Amino acid sequence: MKDEKPEVLDVIGTAEDCDCKEGMFPDPGRRALLLGGAALAGTGLFAGRAGAEATQGASQHAVLDDPTSQPGPASGGGYGLRSQFETVSRWEFPLPQPGVSGSFTPLAGTHGTITPSGLHYEVHRGGVPTIDPARHKLLIHGKVKRAKVFTMADLYRFPSVTRTAFLECAGNGGMEYARPSMPHVQGTHGLTSNSEWTGVALSTLLREVGLEDGANWLLGEGSDAGMHTRSIPIDKAMDDAILAYAQNGEAIRPEQGYPLRLLLPGFEGNMSIKWLRRLDVTDKPSFTRPEVTTYADTLADGTTRYFTWEMEAKSVITFPSGTMKLPIPGTYEVTGLAWSGRGKITGVEVSADGGKTWARANLVAPVLSMAHTRFTFGWRWDGKPAILQSRATDETGYVQPTITALVDVRGVNSKDHNNGIQSWAIDAEGNVTNVHA
Amino acid sequence: MAALGALALTACSDESGAATGEQFPELGSPAPHELIAAWDTDVRYDGAGLPPGEGTRDQGALVYAEHCVACHGETLRGVEGVQGGPLIGAGQTVTQHWPYAPTFFDYVRRAMPFNAPGSLSDDEIYGLAAYIFAEGGIYPADRPMNAATLTAMEMPNRDNFVPDPRPDVK
Repeated sequence: MKDEKPEVLDVIGTAEDCDCKEGMFPDPGRRALLLGGAALAGTGLFAGRAGAEATQGASQHAVLDDPTSQPGPASGGGYGLRSQFETVSRWEFPLPQPGVSGSFTPLAGTHGTITPSGLHYEVHRGGVPTIDPARHKLLIHGKVKRAKVFTMADLYRFPSVTRTAFLECAGNGGMEYARPSMPHVQGTHGLTSNSEWTGVALSTLLREVGLEDGANWLLGEGSDAGMHTRSIPIDKAMDDAILAYAQNGEAIRPEQGYPLRLLLPGFEGNMSIKWLRRLDVTDKPSFTRPEVTTYADTLADGTTRYFTWEMEAKSVITFPSGTMKLPIPGTYEVTGLAWSGRGKITGVEVSADGGKTWARANLVAPVLSMAHTRFTFGWRWDGKPAILQSRATDETGYVQPTITALVDVRGVNSKDHNNGIQSWAIDAEGNVTNVHA
Repeated sequence: MAALGALALTACSDESGAATGEQFPELGSPAPHELIAAWDTDVRYDGAGLPPGEGTRDQGALVYAEHCVACHGETLRGVEGVQGGPLIGAGQTVTQHWPYAPTFFDYVRRAMPFNAPGSLSDDEIYGLAAYIFAEGGIYPADRPMNAATLTAMEMPNRDNFVPDPRPDVK
């Protein structure tokens, strides 16, 4: 396996062979913990990936042989930290240009359905602006009866709404169309995350300013360098769009758009404009540059699709998944995530023979519309090579297709909107790799 | 006080339970015209929002050499290892792929040059359009660019754009 690893594997950092369910966390730092816990206690240094990198989001403390023998340190202050033994982290894509980057959620290292805010994927194209909420303004103008400016204090006074929703980058899995490319699920699927969002319903604010006849679109604009813009259809704006100021119970993080972002449940992530400062109500769409290039799929026949908004039903097995190893034959709980931009997940099926036969997986409640849904499946591995797949169905009846079926229609020029079925091959030794099947 | 608050909120909701504009008269401020003028700088695909001004190919070439060449290259076909990418030729380039020319003005004004977005004058951006579109072979080299000429451009790839047909795979 290691001899044949894809080139990109070196960038990520290779996991050592891992014990199950230690394999849930294919992270050298955690492996180092198992092998070298005593050394940690003695030196205060952490043997993380690529040398002695400190654990992010934690403080280091001595580890006693017997934690009952003396009082431990204080709790760590006013904002809690995670354990020094937890090293699950986002992986930042190694792009050459500072300020243009993205980071991937470690899906195999998270549990349940909510992505911790610090592990939520993010993409930025002009750096992450630092915005004082006391000075931030939202302007709504155009085809409205009363053009208005709202401060954050204004927005906090409107009736609030809270909902859970996934955000998925249109490019999630884009490198997997032509061939298996990324070694593990963080690379193949880590551009989706799931949070509880709180803010003001956009419909509330649009009623506040009053829509004029012909108010068919909104141009949303961010206050980042480059002022990211997208055209939003008025139906979506009036349906379930949120102006979000909170994520998972606290203010949204700077890289998520602090202090205010648009949230369009189910739509490709870049339409949920971060650092939102302006909504221009118009009669026509704008066809901004992202709408005709970055997020517009050019097919094999040379046509380019525009306004590909909804992220179609998709699922992926996160355990076991690429770079993990099943130590011995036996019973395992296969688990993963499923989601659809068109509503609720109604079913997930799992195959262990590359899609020849399927069995229904268990959906873990709650199953929410346009949100990550956890599925589980009890599976006995007989020690023979197997190919694990999952296949999601949503409430519209749409069934997640194979990558082959997508490529048959779209070709391999398209880099976005890949919701094809992921295949994980398990060899006779239990090694799990990314394959097309 | 709690009872009063509940009453007020009830009065502020319509039948659907959603807040209605008229019941929140004190939230938000009328938008000053100066703020709208300063922020409403987007240019639509059909040229709406294009400012007055003009620029020539030669003027644009000078702007390009100063502000653009480092990331987009001497031949406008990109620089190895830099994300700026090609502006002409194959791929999703502005001259061969973009369906509407005014989008060029919109994007350059808001996002370019990468390290100092918003720093180019309107005339400089028109000049850049004249230069880049001429280099891409879709605009006469001796013709100045302005709002009218940019709006009138017929981009070669426009008819290849189709609205989202998904679900396209059953």
